[in-house]
Amino acid sequence: MGNLLEHMGIERDRLHFSWISSAEATKFVDVVKEISEKVRALGPNKKLVKDYN
Amino acid sequence: MDTCIKKIRELSAELLEKGEVQKVIGFAQGTIPMATSPIAIESKQDTEKLVFNSTCGLNLANYASKQKGKVAIIAKGCDSRNIVTHIVENQIQRDQIYIIGVPCTGMVDKSKIATLFEDEITGFTEDGNTLRVTSSSREEILKKQDYLRENCLYCTHKNPILYDVLATELVEEQMLEKPFPDVDRIEALDTDAKWQHFENLTKNCIRCYACRNACPLCYCPTCFVDEAGPQWVGKGQNKTDVNTFHYLRAFHCAGRCTDCGACVEACPMGINVRDFTRKLNKDALELFGWEAGLDITKRPPLDAYSPEDPDDFIK
Ligand code: SF4
Ligand code: SF4
Repeated sequence: MGNLLEHMGIERDRLHFSWISSAEATKFVDVVKEISEKVRALGPNKKLVKDYN
Repeated sequence: MDTCIKKIRELSAELLEKGEVQKVIGFAQGTIPMATSPIAIESKQDTEKLVFNSTCGLNLANYASKQKGKVAIIAKGCDSRNIVTHIVENQIQRDQIYIIGVPCTGMVDKSKIATLFEDEITGFTEDGNTLRVTSSSREEILKKQDYLRENCLYCTHKNPILYDVLATELVEEQMLEKPFPDVDRIEALDTDAKWQHFENLTKNCIRCYACRNACPLCYCPTCFVDEAGPQWVGKGQNKTDVNTFHYLRAFHCAGRCTDCGACVEACPMGINVRDFTRKLNKDALELFGWEAGLDITKRPPLDAYSPEDPDDFIK
């Protein structure tokens, strides 16, 4: 799925897959931090967005 | 291919006469040159209506399921792979279908031929590798090899995978050093150029769904695009909705698409929707060593779990 989105021109770093147990609070924090940083670096997404106006 | 139609008619007549099958699903001549349409015949006399030539680009596996009784079907290499997929996915039972296999030498790209003429094409005949195409103003003699559809150029399964009888001798399969040059070209683009490529690709799409309807994989009773509650995707011409339709339809075909080209054949706007599915076919081969419809005993990779499945995308 990620590969096809990337193929279509959606930046790879916008899609993340992770497996985190409910007991792994620190892993959750780390993953979310990493995702936020990567997505912030990319800036707002303009692709595959629907404009309702 | 002219000789094989004799054999196809003979086999069909025999099957119908003996009552071994209720119907034969094949191709009939269309109303304009270079057009053929699917036909289901039930009597020996009607076997005369059957044709087989290089314009039979649709995939008859699409019509094989949901039939009552036993049917015979004419199957090229790709069609037979979709029949295998149908059997694996329980859309049809093996003993419900009699497969008349036709080793295939490729189907022609009708739009490419049409671009050679300013006026309407009025005649099309073929003899082996030679095509004779006429319009009201002139005639062109073409080499079939130069006018094959793209999916046929890259086809490595011209011979039927599964059949009960063959209508002609098996043909030699090609080995490709690079089986996905078209996908490689898109992969080499940068992110924005990729996006632009697909924006351009789908910009003329009119959401007629001919591609979906021609595809043997798209047999869901209600397609996600037709669903109203919830409405997964808007129904208009909004760009994002159009792209969502194409993206998701392609993904539903992941590991199942045989690159038969019926979707492209059916598109009235000349859109090569295979640009979406080809990427998934390439991934299926590279990540799972999988090509769809080759084995009646194996489920497609996204349908089955194996501890060896690649999982490096999960962090
Ligand atoms: S997506 Fe197109 S090429 Fe693939 S099986 Fe369906 S009709 Fe054939
Ligand atoms: S057949 Fe062509 S125009 Fe129609 S929905 Fe498919 S891609 Fe769009």
